[in-house]
Amino acid sequence: MTQLPEHIDSPPISQTPLYQLCLAQKARMTEFAGWEMPVQFSGITKEHEAVRTQAGMFDISHMGKFRFTGAQVVEQLQTLVPSDLSRLQPGQAQYTVLLNPEGGILDDIIYYHQGQDPNTGEQRGTMIVNAATRVRDKAWLVANLNPDLIVLEDVSKEQALIAIQGPQAERYFQPDVEANLSSLKRFEHLESTVFGQPAFIARTGYTGEDGFEVMLPPAAAIELWQKLSDAGVTPCGLGARDTLRLEAAMALYGQDIEQNVTPLEAGLGWLVHLDSKGDFMGRPILEQQKAEGIPTRLVGLQMQGRYIARHGYPVMLDGNMVGEVTSGTLSPTLGYPIALAYVPTHLAKVGQQLGVEIRGKVHSAEVVKKPFYKANTQ
Amino acid sequence: MGLEYPDDLKYLDSHEYVRLDGEIATIGISAFAVDQLGDIVFLELPEVGDALEKGTSFGSIESVKAVEDMYAPISGTVVERNDALVEDPEQLADDPYGEGWLLKLRITDPDELDEAMAAADYRALVEGE
Repeated sequence: MTQLPEHIDSPPISQTPLYQLCLAQKARMTEFAGWEMPVQFSGITKEHEAVRTQAGMFDISHMGKFRFTGAQVVEQLQTLVPSDLSRLQPGQAQYTVLLNPEGGILDDIIYYHQGQDPNTGEQRGTMIVNAATRVRDKAWLVANLNPDLIVLEDVSKEQALIAIQGPQAERYFQPDVEANLSSLKRFEHLESTVFGQPAFIARTGYTGEDGFEVMLPPAAAIELWQKLSDAGVTPCGLGARDTLRLEAAMALYGQDIEQNVTPLEAGLGWLVHLDSKGDFMGRPILEQQKAEGIPTRLVGLQMQGRYIARHGYPVMLDGNMVGEVTSGTLSPTLGYPIALAYVPTHLAKVGQQLGVEIRGKVHSAEVVKKPFYKANTQ
Repeated sequence: MGLEYPDDLKYLDSHEYVRLDGEIATIGISAFAVDQLGDIVFLELPEVGDALEKGTSFGSIESVKAVEDMYAPISGTVVERNDALVEDPEQLADDPYGEGWLLKLRITDPDELDEAMAAADYRALVEGE
């Protein structure tokens, strides 16, 4: 086992508005991206199962929250992402990535298109970004957008964010929301009130289940968390969030995707809309990769036996290292170990037999279709 | 925290424990370690007959979130390993000092345990964090 961590001086750590409530609910806390976050409450497996079968909730208030207003919000953001945001109707959202000039992924984000403000005629939109990349994203956006046409307001610290996920999420959440949630389709959003406070509600999430993400003022968030908890929604931590997102084969920024990886290499080709878009950051590289092919690709692996491939473990073929695992766990739903790994494109086909070196021994792995798990919705 | 640390055991700061019974040492991991690991899903242990050297890794334990090496608290030869636990690692959490033992070693030098901690010292270490 490892030694106890030694105390080291580190920069001040932020706490979310739900911090005290999580402590009261016996959360085990961990430092994550400069925030003190719950890693688990009742246990990862139990929390995971609650989200797959009932409903669970996550404090994701640490994530970055940007609001945009201006004459040309969509047009400006179009220049920084590979997805065609102009296809969005007000009330719709797009999962996409911010690209650097080399086509590398600066962050993965969700952009919520809110259409025109009826009073001012200005466009409005909201973007949720990763906690660890918030400061860099903000600087990047500000530097690359025209301030006369779009203004970024960072509401990360003023607003709380809760994800309510699972097949029963709507049933548990509806009583607290003024708007009718049943009319909200997957990846749509609306503005309503929760306990009399303004709330931004989206039918999105990162667990592979149906569910909602709600952004609201801290006091209302505390009330909502308590009420949902009393109603039977299971409080979940970052541990379960990781096993859930991995089963759904959703990439984790900083682990599966990074600045030196393009969306085509990361298996995110479905959000690259070269045909319907004009110029954007990184376009020439993506065009070149489309034409010439990509050297490596992120694939899903299923391990034989119970040996778990973890981040950084070598992927092997005939005694040679050919790739590297980026994420891995024992899938609580499927009961066998799963992993994401970068491998050469010619070894990326479903059914390809590979190995993963685990503590000095190579164990069999097979390239399988992603996602590993798909919810039974819609 | 309400976790138990039986007085008849010796503990290491890397969270393994030893129960010495003549020349047979039973090795396991503490309730604190089990609690910290969370849901345990996989155990890798040496074979019967393997010689272990004090301080070196004898296997690994995986939870849903992480994998940790385990270190031999004392040198000896493996005379028995808990195969039932290898089959069903989740059971470790129920009884870490009883049914959840990992290995039994035949030892030659009990003095190697001189540096190991008594229960009270170990409790102070982990609960004083």
